Amino acid sequence: MAELNISERQAGDVTILDLSGKITIGEGSVALRTAIRRMLEEGKKKILLNLGGVGYVDSSGIGELVSSYTAINKDGGQLKLLNLTQKIQDLLTITKLLTVFDVYESESEALNSFK
Amino acid sequence: MALKEGSPLFVTAETTELSLPSRIEAIDEVATAIARLVSRSGMSEEAAFGVDMAVREALANAVIHGNQLDESKLVEISVTSSADSLEIRVHDQGAGFNPETVPDPTKEENLLKSSGRGIFFVRNFMDEVYWLTPPEGGTTVRMIKRSANP
Repeated sequence: MAELNISERQAGDVTILDLSGKITIGEGSVALRTAIRRMLEEGKKKILLNLGGVGYVDSSGIGELVSSYTAINKDGGQLKLLNLTQKIQDLLTITKLLTVFDVYESESEALNSFK
Repeated sequence: MALKEGSPLFVTAETTELSLPSRIEAIDEVATAIARLVSRSGMSEEAAFGVDMAVREALANAVIHGNQLDESKLVEISVTSSADSLEIRVHDQGAGFNPETVPDPTKEENLLKSSGRGIFFVRNFMDEVYWLTPPEGGTTVRMIKRSANP
């Protein structure tokens, strides 16, 4: 089984990526990078990452989230995060990245924030 | 007097040694084996999670920055569990580095950098961390997690 499974759905002009598994060094981080690159190539610039199914992230995964955020911003888009597990929220807190990312617990609230 | 098995008096340090080739794919397997050892030490789930994070970061640093992904070079690990602490050493064959020169990833100017958080996590999740440069070469990171109730 792949380390990180990513499925894509559309809500208006927002692309929601439902992630499950691990975003860790190697396969998981590469899978996220590839997915974000593909989104940008397809002109999809409003991305909501649903991390509800992600149980584990390491420093490489955190770095990949930051890279995704900066790549999408640079392209004039927006990346927001949904459904952080407590552990990921803790990691973003200690790395002070909660102040960088726009984080939501409710999908409808997250979708509204893109408007 | 009969001595009760399992009494703290009779818990002595137990060391397990492991090694891994310098491949990213090997990190998970060894980290999982170490996590199994840690879970047997009776550590809380939260502390064990932190140790697992620190171990994975230390292994990744050794494989990537220390041994530069050179598969002919091994990363050697020892895990020593005693009554009051868990000590993990990760040794690579790299040229070594000065951890003090690694920028603080939580500083405003570094927040959007895509790397540089590994050592921060190691320091954050362990109680004591030392980088040693043994005379035989390479770098050893020595990480200690103390038991909450020694």
